[in-house]
Amino acid sequence: MADSVSREEVAVISNTDITSTESENNIINTMVERGTALLRKLEINVAEAEKRTGKNTVNMQETYTVYLIEIRPAETEGGTPAAPDTLWRRYSEFELLRTYLLVTYPYIIIPPLPEKRAEFVWHKLSADNLDPDFVERRRVGLENFLLRVASHPVLSNDKIFFLFLTEEKGWRDAVLETGFQDKADSRLKSLSAMFRVKNPDKRFTALKQYSDELNSVISQLLRIRARVADRLYGVYKVHGNYGRVFSEWSAIEKEMGDGLQSAGHHMDTYAASIDDILEEEEHFADQLKEYLFYTDAVRSVCRKHELIQYELEMAAQDLAQKKQQKEELATGTVRIFSLKGMTSKLFGQESPEQKESRLAALEQSIQEGEETVKEKNTECQEFVRAAWDDIEHFKEQKDKDLREALISYAIMQISMCKKGIQVWSNAKECFSKM
Amino acid sequence: MSISAPRGLASSGQKPITEILHPLSAAEEPLSPGPDVTVSGGRDKEVGLTNGTPVETPSPASASVLFNRLQLDDDLDSDGRDPYADTETHDLFVTVDDPKKHVSTMETYITYRVSTKTTRIEFDLPDYSVRRRYQDFDWLRTKLEDSQPTHLIPPLPEKFVMKGVVDRFSEEFVETRMKALDKFLKRVADHPVLSFNPHLNAFLSAKDLNKRQGLALLSKVGESVKNVAGGYKLRVRPPEFCAMGEYLDTFNQKLGTIDRIAQRILKEQSEYLTELREYGTVYASWAGSEEELQRPLEGVAGCVTTCCGALEDMSENMGQDFLPVLREYILYIESMKNVLRKRDQSQAEYEGRLEAAVLRKQEDRTPIPAEVEKCQDKMECFNADLKADWERWQSNKRQDFKQLLTGMADKNVTHYEKCQAAWESLITLLQDKQTEDKTSCKSLWEIRQ
Repeated sequence: MADSVSREEVAVISNTDITSTESENNIINTMVERGTALLRKLEINVAEAEKRTGKNTVNMQETYTVYLIEIRPAETEGGTPAAPDTLWRRYSEFELLRTYLLVTYPYIIIPPLPEKRAEFVWHKLSADNLDPDFVERRRVGLENFLLRVASHPVLSNDKIFFLFLTEEKGWRDAVLETGFQDKADSRLKSLSAMFRVKNPDKRFTALKQYSDELNSVISQLLRIRARVADRLYGVYKVHGNYGRVFSEWSAIEKEMGDGLQSAGHHMDTYAASIDDILEEEEHFADQLKEYLFYTDAVRSVCRKHELIQYELEMAAQDLAQKKQQKEELATGTVRIFSLKGMTSKLFGQESPEQKESRLAALEQSIQEGEETVKEKNTECQEFVRAAWDDIEHFKEQKDKDLREALISYAIMQISMCKKGIQVWSNAKECFSKM
Repeated sequence: MSISAPRGLASSGQKPITEILHPLSAAEEPLSPGPDVTVSGGRDKEVGLTNGTPVETPSPASASVLFNRLQLDDDLDSDGRDPYADTETHDLFVTVDDPKKHVSTMETYITYRVSTKTTRIEFDLPDYSVRRRYQDFDWLRTKLEDSQPTHLIPPLPEKFVMKGVVDRFSEEFVETRMKALDKFLKRVADHPVLSFNPHLNAFLSAKDLNKRQGLALLSKVGESVKNVAGGYKLRVRPPEFCAMGEYLDTFNQKLGTIDRIAQRILKEQSEYLTELREYGTVYASWAGSEEELQRPLEGVAGCVTTCCGALEDMSENMGQDFLPVLREYILYIESMKNVLRKRDQSQAEYEGRLEAAVLRKQEDRTPIPAEVEKCQDKMECFNADLKADWERWQSNKRQDFKQLLTGMADKNVTHYEKCQAAWESLITLLQDKQTEDKTSCKSLWEIRQ
């Protein structure tokens, strides 16, 4: 594991995303301990996004977006904030980092990246990867990813992660040097392998089931939310037609004219207000999406555990078989069919020297087998311990994050209602003056 | 002023409709106990239909008498709360309610209770309560149109409904129709001239409306009207009536547009409601697989459900109150256009007769016949009535639309208030739990602090 960089400063973490309503409802004590050593020393931002063009691996021109990562030492008391160290990273590099983490810490639920392509869009929302709104939301998602890794008790100590934040040029080589690629390939293979575990761990089974349910329900929720957004958009926009017809009508009226005309303006305002409302709601959708992608990571960990469990079972089974063979060889009884046994029956017993050497080989094999089983057992136990630690942590985090997401969603709804009341009250006043 | 108070028929209480004199019968003699058709100034005028016969209605149809009647009414106690008129009488109150279904071997139909409270002497009793069906209202309206051609008669709700498309006996349809019938009667009862029409009297008080003779005579009237009026064509419509016509055309168009917009909004809201309902159920089902988050998620599901209910209420309201009133005004506009046309006819007839008489005079010195003068009077009365009704109509229209649109805005405000209240109570629920939380685990929001 990496060494953590030691610095003296106390961490202050900037938040570029908080809304006034969120801070209004915040009851968190700001003096609470900051968590990881890394975050105590550094401030991490994904500040900007920029379009670049360049040649890709197959020597073709392509346009892509790069994101600026800013690292600042945490503010000292009374000191001016130092200029940030910055570097540019593109999405594929984030993906590479994440793959590395997945392979290196298979017992950890690795935080997800924001979606590669826009999904669950409602009709006015762009599905274009280069669309500025999409890029902006992705920037936020990438920042969340870095902050989550930086605040993780295990992941924050990783050297490659630190280099990702600090070494623009040499990072890629450093990652490849770790040799994680080989592990990555075998991991992929194991993930897709079909095998059955004889004694599945009930906790992991329950977790996998929960994860699948969560995945399914969040997908459903996101799909329907997009449809709801579409419909609501229609309702608001049709009201804009009132604006025009009231204006035309007011032209033929004497006393009623002014009231109608002003009311018409309010109808236009009402119709226009939906754009901002729905844009804000996308933030809620992004929060849900993060946990949707988290479920894939959870599933990954469960699968890895299954694999380790399976390997342990196989090793134990193998050892049992060998012990059986030794016993038969020693006592002369054949309970298990073996080619050697058959041939010796057919072609005559082997000599005592041959028997001795075979026994010795088996002993050796059994010893190795016992070692393997011990190792696998330890590996399994270690995995379960470490994984379950992280899973408990994840569960708490999920409950908190989603609760806060629901609160901010409720706040958004209240804000929308208030706007509606405002506009219609104004219109009502205009009508009453007709 | 030597004006006597206008009086209607004396004993209209239990009199069958056949006994009421038809407009075409016994034209010249005044009806006992003597409705006063004379105008101040002593000129003996006879006011009548375009076929020359005077109208039998005891109520004065000329503008100046109308004015005088209004002056008289100033002395009476007027109900200041009536938004429609400040100087008109409020001694006749009508209500339509209590729909009931009647099933007979021949047909099934709905009747409504028509209640009347009045201090007018034209009525025998101060209170009446009768049951009427749509046919009866239709009869009344036709009678009013024929006996008061110079006046604008309020519209009735649509007569025909497509069987199979609309359920004539559904609660919403009956309710909507009843409100429109109530409005129709109230408008007639509030009209300074129409409210004295004996047909209205009969409608409100007669135990049994026997309409058959009335209908037979009606067709005769229709023909005679056509025969006489058909011959003349109007050359120039005076500018003030042109302006009315133009206004009506444009207003009609705008109302049609508003109707379409309102319907579209209802459609969009209905589709939105469908999706929103499903949205709520997903949160409820999610709650099932969670522990800590179960109550918050159920809370969200509950909020969404509340919002669905609020939206449903508002949409129902719009369908039942807003759209019918719009449609009613479109019918009103049609009525007004018809009255304008009839006025044109009356002018055309006068001008036609005058031209013919002038030519005859030039030829053989025949003096201009009295009928020509009568035509002129008719036309002038018509113009005056129409102008008065127009002003009335404009004023009522302003009130009606002010009320309608204010109501619409109000419903929207109420809808948002209900939703806001639901979400605010959820936040208190969610935040209460937060204060208890003392784990070291951090949410993303906390990390960002």
